[in-house]
Amino acid sequence: MSCVAVPAVGANRAAPLPPVTMKTSLTVNGKRHTVDVDTRMTLLDLLREKLQLTGTKKGCDHGHCGACTVIVNGRRINSCLSLTLQHEGDRVTTIEGLGTPNKLHPMQAAFVKHDGFQCGYCTPGQICSAVAVLDEIKAGIPSHVSVSLDAPMRLTNSELRERMSGNICRCGAYSNIAEAIAEVAGQTA
Amino acid sequence: MKSFSYERATSPAAAAASVATRPGAKFLAGGTNLLDLMKLEIETPTHLVDVQDLKLDRIDATGDGGLRIGAFVSNTALSANMHVRRDYAVLSRAIQAGASGQLRNKATTAGNLLQRTRCPYFYDTNQACNKRQPGSGCAAIGGYSRQLAVIGTSDACIATYPGDMAVALRVLDATIETIDAKGQTRAIPIANFHRLPGNTPHVETALTPGELITAVTLPKPLGGTHIYRKVRDRASYAFALVSVAAVLQPDGSGRVAFGGVAPKPWRSDAADAALSQGAPAVTARAFDGAQPTTGNHFKLQLATRTLAATIAQATTSAKIS
Repeated sequence: MSCVAVPAVGANRAAPLPPVTMKTSLTVNGKRHTVDVDTRMTLLDLLREKLQLTGTKKGCDHGHCGACTVIVNGRRINSCLSLTLQHEGDRVTTIEGLGTPNKLHPMQAAFVKHDGFQCGYCTPGQICSAVAVLDEIKAGIPSHVSVSLDAPMRLTNSELRERMSGNICRCGAYSNIAEAIAEVAGQTA
Repeated sequence: MKSFSYERATSPAAAAASVATRPGAKFLAGGTNLLDLMKLEIETPTHLVDVQDLKLDRIDATGDGGLRIGAFVSNTALSANMHVRRDYAVLSRAIQAGASGQLRNKATTAGNLLQRTRCPYFYDTNQACNKRQPGSGCAAIGGYSRQLAVIGTSDACIATYPGDMAVALRVLDATIETIDAKGQTRAIPIANFHRLPGNTPHVETALTPGELITAVTLPKPLGGTHIYRKVRDRASYAFALVSVAAVLQPDGSGRVAFGGVAPKPWRSDAADAALSQGAPAVTARAFDGAQPTTGNHFKLQLATRTLAATIAQATTSAKIS
């Protein structure tokens, strides 16, 4: 097939719209916020840029790395792939809502104890994801490596690694991360 | 990302009408694929119609012993549903084999069906791509094609449909229920839902503009052994090189669909009919007419071996139970 000159992507549409803003309300770490945002603002950018909750990190901004993982209505999601406006009335928990420097969440304490990080950039996402993983196992949600769909779910090392595969650690602290999570789950990795 | 306006629809018909009447409008469900593509300006909607309030998040039994899955049911909820785990395990397993826990919590049933190819030339806006920019050419042909399709392709496009869930839905003969702007509903067999590229690779499904998926229905359970076997370049969180969705019966008969090999989940009656003769007989029929590239020719042998492993696994699990 020959190459022909074509207009740029989207150029066949009407002229681009000027920025559009809308109001929405949501609860972040127990605190209700009403915000007026550009429709394009992701939940991640809202947290970091508007609410100054910079614990949640922007890694790839495309859902590949997991650094932006937060817990929404009890379920972990990539906050980079979600618009703020999709979260009207939602309850969002970020790393700042799990624990504080003076009162660490057990998962945070275990990451410190087991040296589950080096540079720390992926760590908030790892910890939010890990907390949610333990809830998913408790809720009996099966994974790709679960041997049976009928038996109760257990946190084996292979289960843990499969369930945490959406959180990438460039420093490669995986074995210590696994130990930290296993300790909180009350098992050995 | 280009600017857009946003609304939350209050009924399926209103959502369909809104998208049908506004040029450049699109539905927004989970958004995990759409937002990714909007950031790259591969998708440039001018208006988003959010369907989260339409109460399409239920899984119900149907009158004829099947299951009706709401379009907005998350991948996690669908794969963990007790009826799906018991009666349609191949679907549960296919969903678990895809993406990450975070994405499965957000991605929806309809959105997963509509996810777009991960062809690297579709994603790279500096490259020619007939799917992204009709008429611009196909840089994948003659390019890096390890992940791309071996059958069902055309001179205009060799992209693969990337999903796992739809491969299981194909083997289960699911039906896609929709509503359009006039409130008309229809049911599309999954075999006819995804389109082959031909000369119009940018047209990927049978949906008309503004037509909204409301549910996916499954016929009554088939019994047998359900297996989804996926081969990929790493053990988790990667798209399939080849995948096999199979429902195999104790007498050796059954059904099989392949993922990662074509622009749609790939299944043929002739291939199904050869199942009792073993994997090579099946893939010889399923991949009759394949046009692999030098970069993905290996998928033909890989498909045979993956199916052989699947059949062996079914035989073993049948002996155990």
